[in-house]
Amino acid sequence: MSDLRDLYQEVILDHNKRPRNFRILPEPTHKADGVNPLCGDRVSVFLDIQDGIIKDIAFQGAGCAISSASASLMTETLKGKPVAEVDHLFDAFHDVVTTDCACPKGLGKLGVLAGVRDYPSRVKCATLAWHAVRAALQQRQQPVATE
Amino acid sequence: MSAPQSMSTAPAHDATLDVARIRAEFPILSQKIHGKRLVYLDNAASVQKPQSVLDAITDCYSRYYANIHRGVYLLSERSTTAYEGAREKVRAFLNAASAQEIIFTRGTTESINLVASSFGGSTLQAGDEILITGMEHHSNIVPWQLLCQRTGAALKVVPFTDAGELLLDEYQRLLDSGRVKLVAFVHVSNALGTINPAKTLIDLAHARDVPVLVDGAQAVAHLPVDMQALDCDFYAFSSHKIYGPSGVGVLYGKQALLEAMPPYQGGGDMIRLVTFEKTDYADLPNKFEAGTPNIAGVIGLGAALDWLNALGLAAVAAHEHALLEYATAQLSAIPGLHIMGTARNKAALVAFTLRGAHPHDIGTILDREGIAIRAGHHCAQPVMQRYGVPATARASFAAYNTRDEVDALVTALWKVKELFE
Ligand SMILES: Cc1ncc(COP(=O)(O)O)c(C=O)c1O
Repeated sequence: MSDLRDLYQEVILDHNKRPRNFRILPEPTHKADGVNPLCGDRVSVFLDIQDGIIKDIAFQGAGCAISSASASLMTETLKGKPVAEVDHLFDAFHDVVTTDCACPKGLGKLGVLAGVRDYPSRVKCATLAWHAVRAALQQRQQPVATE
Repeated sequence: MSAPQSMSTAPAHDATLDVARIRAEFPILSQKIHGKRLVYLDNAASVQKPQSVLDAITDCYSRYYANIHRGVYLLSERSTTAYEGAREKVRAFLNAASAQEIIFTRGTTESINLVASSFGGSTLQAGDEILITGMEHHSNIVPWQLLCQRTGAALKVVPFTDAGELLLDEYQRLLDSGRVKLVAFVHVSNALGTINPAKTLIDLAHARDVPVLVDGAQAVAHLPVDMQALDCDFYAFSSHKIYGPSGVGVLYGKQALLEAMPPYQGGGDMIRLVTFEKTDYADLPNKFEAGTPNIAGVIGLGAALDWLNALGLAAVAAHEHALLEYATAQLSAIPGLHIMGTARNKAALVAFTLRGAHPHDIGTILDREGIAIRAGHHCAQPVMQRYGVPATARASFAAYNTRDEVDALVTALWKVKELFE
């Protein structure tokens, strides 16, 4: 089970059980849905953006531990960040879950998801909420899919 | 949990399989996964292949392979004989009246699309209805939706109980509309394991002169099916779920219906005479087998049927049913584990959820224990919606599975609980 603990670290299990910012923003400036057609996971993200800064961010949805924890950790990381940094952070996070690179500081606790890199079929779970955030920023109406 | 009843198809006598000997015939089963012995429990998705099937395919390619139905030379004749020999094996396996009623396709999906396109396309009109059930695989939903879009026909759905049993009253009521032109239902549900009462459903439809297609993808490897006894109009299945290679499927159709239907695809091998003005189509079954088929694959399917016949489907069914009962009892003892699909007449698969653990996470953790199960919606999203779950985990059994493997599954599920509690 030791290698499983690399994937299911305490922080992940904790965020899965008690997701942070797990709520609906009543008046978001941006929102979008993400679906993973492979497993049926769904996530909705809500953002409140003022003067180019993410003032508040929240999510709702049902998914596996990896996608729930990733969404939860993402909201913690993105809150207070300039919108202009999101693309860069997503790219950095994507590298963390797909390559051997070290986790850059800006990603905060998201580094705990690095174990996903050993489970290629789970990368989409880890990135679902990020895809939704990106779609929200582009004001897309259709739910975004990981496929 | 309702106690699983004895399957109607299980033999009364005590048929036993020499499972150790069977396992030795499957080279893939002897390997280690993540350092653990492989426990393959995803047989509803696809079944592994015995050595005799692998040998039949290699033998074809290394000794007598050539294109069929065309050459006057010896190799082509031998390939043709082997290919048509496989058709006869399928006929006998299904107890169809004639080998002309056996069409080779790419799989269940293509078989159903063939019927939707050719039979449906030439007989349905706006206002007609197609009746399916709420527990269909996407491949027995989407072709009919496409047909409805094309023709203006409407798709109607027979609901089922929480246990996963079709509501026959509702079925009758829907048939009574008088507008139903085709019934299509799954023989054994891949998401719930339910064995539907095929004969009853077919007879009720025939009482209203409605033809019936049966999706037998999950049935043929697990219970004997007899086309003449069932009297269905179409029956579809896939080679890869019955110990044969992937890329091959079968459509059984009653001869009179197939003869009246227009071709599905145009090309070589399906014609009698082509001029630029007009084409005369070939007789059955060639009319529906345009182009060069999966020759070695079909021959491999024939070998798979030989292999299964030698074991005896009744013995396989009894073995799998014993595994189902054991697995159901063992899994039910795990607190927080909920089995989805508790039909009285059930094939050897168990779909379940586990409190606190998403099926995807269960799948990943079990994989690290060497155990392959399926996690997801099983291409049956309406079934997931019916129960209000995004996904389930599913263990499904074949002739080579053992009680030890059920124990391994149960032990691993306790580890999942430990992690997520
Ligand atoms: C009940 C059922 N129908 C149809 C199919 C589709 O079979 P194939 O993908 O081989 O065409 C499957 C396979 O998962 C199935 O379980």
